[in-house]
Amino acid sequence: MLETTIGQPTLTAIVFFFLFVIATLYITYWAAKRTRTTTEFYAAGRSITGFQNGLALAGDYMSAASFLGIAGLVALKGYDGLIYSVGFLVGWPIVMFLIAEQLRNLGKYTFADVVAYRLKQRQIRTAAATGALITVLLYLIAQMVGAGSLIKLLFGIPYEIAVIIVGALMIAYVLFGGMLATTWVQIIKAVLLLGGATILVFLILIKFGFNYVELFSIVTNKYGEKMLQPGGLVKNPIDTISLGLALMFGTAGLPHILMRFYTVPDAKEARKSVFYATGFIGYFYILTFTIGFGAAAVVGQEIISKIDKGGNMAAPLLAEALGGEVFLGFLAAVAFATILAVVAGLTLAGASAVSHDLYVGVIRRGKADEKLEVRAAKIATLSLGILAILLGIAFKEQNVAFMVGLAFAIAASANFPALLMSIFWKKFTTQGAICSIYTGLALSVILIILSPTVWVDILKNPEPIFPLKSPAIVSFFAAFIVGILVSLITKEEEAEEKFEAEKIRAYIGVGAE
Amino acid sequence: MKEKILNSDEFKGLVRSKNAVSIILTLVELFIYFGFIVLLAYGKEIMTYKVYGPITAGIPIGIGVIVLSWLLTGIYVAWANKSYDEKVTNIKESLGGE
Repeated sequence: MLETTIGQPTLTAIVFFFLFVIATLYITYWAAKRTRTTTEFYAAGRSITGFQNGLALAGDYMSAASFLGIAGLVALKGYDGLIYSVGFLVGWPIVMFLIAEQLRNLGKYTFADVVAYRLKQRQIRTAAATGALITVLLYLIAQMVGAGSLIKLLFGIPYEIAVIIVGALMIAYVLFGGMLATTWVQIIKAVLLLGGATILVFLILIKFGFNYVELFSIVTNKYGEKMLQPGGLVKNPIDTISLGLALMFGTAGLPHILMRFYTVPDAKEARKSVFYATGFIGYFYILTFTIGFGAAAVVGQEIISKIDKGGNMAAPLLAEALGGEVFLGFLAAVAFATILAVVAGLTLAGASAVSHDLYVGVIRRGKADEKLEVRAAKIATLSLGILAILLGIAFKEQNVAFMVGLAFAIAASANFPALLMSIFWKKFTTQGAICSIYTGLALSVILIILSPTVWVDILKNPEPIFPLKSPAIVSFFAAFIVGILVSLITKEEEAEEKFEAEKIRAYIGVGAE
Repeated sequence: MKEKILNSDEFKGLVRSKNAVSIILTLVELFIYFGFIVLLAYGKEIMTYKVYGPITAGIPIGIGVIVLSWLLTGIYVAWANKSYDEKVTNIKESLGGE
């Protein structure tokens, strides 16, 4: 049974991979001719429809980790995989109810635009861009390291080469095609991923006569009732709530997700895009649950964990068992596309924080012509892309699992509270925003270093200083409390006056860019 | 001009209704998700109760959280596309009329 072509570059996998690369590079060439101004580079000329943006958001958000990782987690641990899926989905309604429309109406290219809208531009932009950049870099390192090891597992390509291929393609998309190329890479990836996962689930259901009871019975007979019950993940309820806060409000503070709302023409399309995105992502997570159980039933946990301890190869192994080498090749190429779409979105968001917020907003005090800003954005893209490749190689075989958790914690504690208070609270001041952002940022980083995930697992100390794995329950609320207290002490009349005026733009979109 | 819109009852009603819908739906979502976590932590008997064959109640509940979250976004879009956009258009028209 342990005959698999996983780990070898099969002909079908190579063919599918090259088809994808050629198609996306052609799109980049097409997009490059339409990417001259800043609005085109950062926001695809605001030409994307709500439905397209919904797909692109899904493509931006669903990482290879959530495809291969969650399917593997379900295959090995059963029900607990579903708990993760739920956590990664529940932030989307929050994005819609509290953020999306106002963000679209008030901002231009980045979420820092909105935080800084009625406050003192330069200080706020420095703080908000720092939060954005750290979130993006942590997420990017985790993706690059994951990309290197997954591609090595799937195709047998050496880790460093895999990281360089991913980095080079990602730079090409963003540098030449800007947001337009990135959007279409994300749309194609979302369609491929949703299509591939749907076919895989269909193959599972055919195998088990469209009978979930039979599928679940085989798994529980083999591995026990615990596969269908919540297990070790919720040992500590406070920790689970803390992780839940990070996932829920972190989604609403991810710079690469927030940036996508500027690609649609107005607030109406922004809200529609969240509806589509939530539907696609939710559907996908329900599929991965079935895929995980299918892999446990058909392939078996022994083989899955023999090939990769973390279970990442559960879905590819299942694809091979049910659809042969051709389907495996297809799915491996889809996993590759998945990685590329996510890192491209991250690179663009990071580059915009550097060029739009830090360089133009802070250093040049908002005064830069189109040409200069596009050039700055391209230099930032190239630098960030090369940095991502170097960091990906530097962190080879390091434990980077905590980085995604930390990115979500920072997004929830540094980015989200300042954004929310800036939109909704009249008395919010510049000092309040700055203190809130740095409190959320510092507490997230310090507490995660002192937590079991870093202090014990990585630094090998016997006991953690901070008992929880996720810092959000402290850092999230602290960011709000500090933001509120400091704002109450430092009254800013100008900001309060502007708040009234910005209401018209925020709620009815008059004057929105 | 701006002052006039800001002080108009239509605009104040618009802001109030939008904030009310946003906050209520946010609270519902928080209740659903953290209710799920509390069930995971303290409702072991409920989550492991077998509803059909080997299928435990935890499975439809977990999937239910995903589906409900999506339905909530649908409710918001339906409300905003109809009621909210209508009010926005009215206010914009009264703007153009002056």
